[in-house]
Amino acid sequence: MPALTSAPPSPDLNPVVDVQLLLHYAFMQHAFEAGTIVAITAGVIGYFVVMRNSSFAAHALSHIGFAGATGAVVVGASPVTGLLAFTVVAAGVMGALGNRLRGRDVTIGIVLSWTLGLGVLFLSLYTGYATEAYALLFGEILGISARDVLITLVAGAITLAALVTIYRPLLFASVDEDVAAARGVPVDALSIVFMVILAVAVSEAVQVVGVLLIFSLIVTPAAIAERFTTRPSRTLALSAGLALLFTWSGLAISFFTPYPVSFFITSIAFGAYVLARAATRPG
Amino acid sequence: MRVVPVAVAARNLAAGYGGNPVWSDASFEIESGSFVALLGPNGAGKSTLVRMLLGLLPAAAGELEILGAAPRRGNPSIGYLPQGGHVDAELSLRGRDYVGLGLDGHRWGIPLPGRGARAAARAVDEAVSAVNAQDYADRQIGRLSGGEHQRLHLAQALVGEPRILLLDEPLSNLDVRNQAAMTSLVAEVAHARGLTVLLIAHDVNPLMPHIDQVMFVAGGKVTIGRPDEVINGEALSKIFDAPIEVLRDSRGRVFVVGLEEQVTHAHDHSPGDA
Repeated sequence: MPALTSAPPSPDLNPVVDVQLLLHYAFMQHAFEAGTIVAITAGVIGYFVVMRNSSFAAHALSHIGFAGATGAVVVGASPVTGLLAFTVVAAGVMGALGNRLRGRDVTIGIVLSWTLGLGVLFLSLYTGYATEAYALLFGEILGISARDVLITLVAGAITLAALVTIYRPLLFASVDEDVAAARGVPVDALSIVFMVILAVAVSEAVQVVGVLLIFSLIVTPAAIAERFTTRPSRTLALSAGLALLFTWSGLAISFFTPYPVSFFITSIAFGAYVLARAATRPG
Repeated sequence: MRVVPVAVAARNLAAGYGGNPVWSDASFEIESGSFVALLGPNGAGKSTLVRMLLGLLPAAAGELEILGAAPRRGNPSIGYLPQGGHVDAELSLRGRDYVGLGLDGHRWGIPLPGRGARAAARAVDEAVSAVNAQDYADRQIGRLSGGEHQRLHLAQALVGEPRILLLDEPLSNLDVRNQAAMTSLVAEVAHARGLTVLLIAHDVNPLMPHIDQVMFVAGGKVTIGRPDEVINGEALSKIFDAPIEVLRDSRGRVFVVGLEEQVTHAHDHSPGDA
């Protein structure tokens, strides 16, 4: 694991030299590659998460994925496999619960706390892997391998292709479910498909920011973007752009300091949200 | 195919959810191009009829035809405005985008620039102009007033060039002035385009200047006729087998009294109907 145990490099006054320095190491190249894919995917799907009021579901999916990932470690499988399996199954169930069900968040919360308990059990069964748990909870982008980058790329491409395919009906169903259903949009099936796509996106994003910090890439950029523009195409572009900005600047700052990437990504995202709120205060 | 003299036809039609009847034995015809007010107490099954016409709910018994065919989901000849059709105040979407969903929101994929997109933009412009919403169509829809909202909802229902409008309580959240304006607008657009309109309302008075027929749904029964025939205490009492009075005030407004109670029978069986 190429963690920077020695003193971090100092930034140069010339930004070109800094960028060369940043991309000098293979682990940083991989981190930027994976971070870019994850940021674009998260920024795009975040638009629909915010529009469908599904931020809690996105948050819950990542926590449920934690149990899957730790469970996979216990049986000797790759954590990403467990993460994907658990989030996709949970997403299917959440999607089937539908958008309208009033008790949906309560049900999700109850399942979420139980799976977190499962995660704790799996961790205790597999002692000696505290770093694995730490990575899952808070992200491990600096340890990402070339193979993981490729997996992330494939998952990201599938996520985006699926979103492009269902874009208009999903927007229609998210905005006005009754009219969409009357116009022949399969709203119930779309609800399930969307949640499954979200599960894949969440599983990708966990590698960068970990299960606890998923909000900063999936919800924050979209929440900021929709304060500035009401056109779907612009909101999507701005959301993806912001997610990229948070990820890249978090990686860059972290490289020159001894502190974790996730801290910088989440802090920049938080700062940007506070600024956006202040700048767009109504009245 | 262009001209169907009968827009909606029902023969011994019954409505119900999961074996519980809401109303039954309804036989009626709605002429093409007519404006029909659909009245009756809450829970009597007005929206149920609309859901059946949209193909979202099968008939419990009997036959129902809309524009000469069985109801089916996704029928492009129907423009629909749902009940309580409000959008989230925080929803970050322009009124124009919202209207556009009525045109191509059911199609897969993303809208691509080109001839199709320009034609779509023209259709949206035309629908927005038809409801006089040009001034606020580019603003965030969640931030608009109730009246502005309903106009854009109507534009969304109109943008696909339907032949029949099903409007479920479009007046319920509007003040008296906006109720009158919205009703005139619907009548004007429907007349210009030769549309059949089925409009659910609680109060028939704002509709009186424009409607051709009134349909009452109450006590498990459905009746339809010209306003002067149907809004009549004697006639209603006979149809619904209950003491119903029609009162008129000095300004000519009518009030149907006694019909509210005619829901208990249906309501006992269908608490879910709205």
